[in-house]
Amino acid sequence: MTQTSAEMPTDPLMIAERWMLDGREVALATVISTWGSAPRPVGSHLVIDETGNFEGSVSGGCVEGAVISEAADVIATGKPKMLEFGVADETAWRVGLSCGGKIEVYLERVG
Amino acid sequence: MDPHLLKKLNAARRARQAVVLVTDLEDGRDRLAMIDDTVAGDLGAAILKAFATGKSGSVEAEGRRFFLNVHVPSPRMVIIGAVHISQALAPMAATAGFDVRVIDPRTAFASDERFEGIDLVADWPEDALKDRPIDAFTALVAVTHDPKIDDWPLISALNTGAFYVGALGSRKTHARRVERLQAEGVSDADLARIAAPIGLAIGAQSPAEIAVAILAQAISALRQADPSGGG
Repeated sequence: MTQTSAEMPTDPLMIAERWMLDGREVALATVISTWGSAPRPVGSHLVIDETGNFEGSVSGGCVEGAVISEAADVIATGKPKMLEFGVADETAWRVGLSCGGKIEVYLERVG
Repeated sequence: MDPHLLKKLNAARRARQAVVLVTDLEDGRDRLAMIDDTVAGDLGAAILKAFATGKSGSVEAEGRRFFLNVHVPSPRMVIIGAVHISQALAPMAATAGFDVRVIDPRTAFASDERFEGIDLVADWPEDALKDRPIDAFTALVAVTHDPKIDDWPLISALNTGAFYVGALGSRKTHARRVERLQAEGVSDADLARIAAPIGLAIGAQSPAEIAVAILAQAISALRQADPSGGG
């Protein structure tokens, strides 16, 4: 469940809308599924702009860097991507999902 | 994601409406489903289930994979009565994630000194709730013992389907309350929804202990179907 607190200044979806109105290019990452112990629940968002500014989270800070670097590509092409991070994945282990969980993150352009 | 859809989604969230964002993970197309929208087939069934459980997740339907992101307003707690119990309950409920407002027309009780950092309104509930009426995502806690203050918000909470309605008072006090509310036309089914005596039965004695019992009962009503907590 995504418990909406639309009044919160750090709400990623509100930030995405604000950035869009400011004329910034925006990508939105969403946690689609989790296995094992994952730090952020399904439905959590990370919002990223074309220069790499970001708000929100899809993990406890472990995979955000990787998601942000993919965002530039998604913003450029407009094609959504499904990213997977987990212990079985060498790259993900390196970026450090230290809790031992596994997550699937959907990354799309807004607009 | 379509920018117009993002605007519509945020507007629904600001208006405290439950909404599901449906994303087709094959082609990236998305749409919004409101609680009374009818969507056909397996996808429609999955959306209804998502509203019922409040759980986001991906589903397979019509040979495609969809992601359903459920947005439910954050729970509010409206506390009628700026009494000793409320002084303990308001900060505890805020810590547990409730958006709390304390209301009491008796200014001796409703003083900022007694409720530092709490959204406190020294007015009658009818007026104090004008800007944010009780809704289905609100817990109503009535603890003044005074029918003039408690009864109106209790009726309002029952009429609007507040997820938790609790009222302080002994069984005797509550029996008299039930008679008054019946006279106001409240149905027996609605009367049965009032948690009274208020709070889980944990033998609470001090105001802070009673606050724990009330908060636990409200969380139980929010997270599971049986508000008595199974006991």
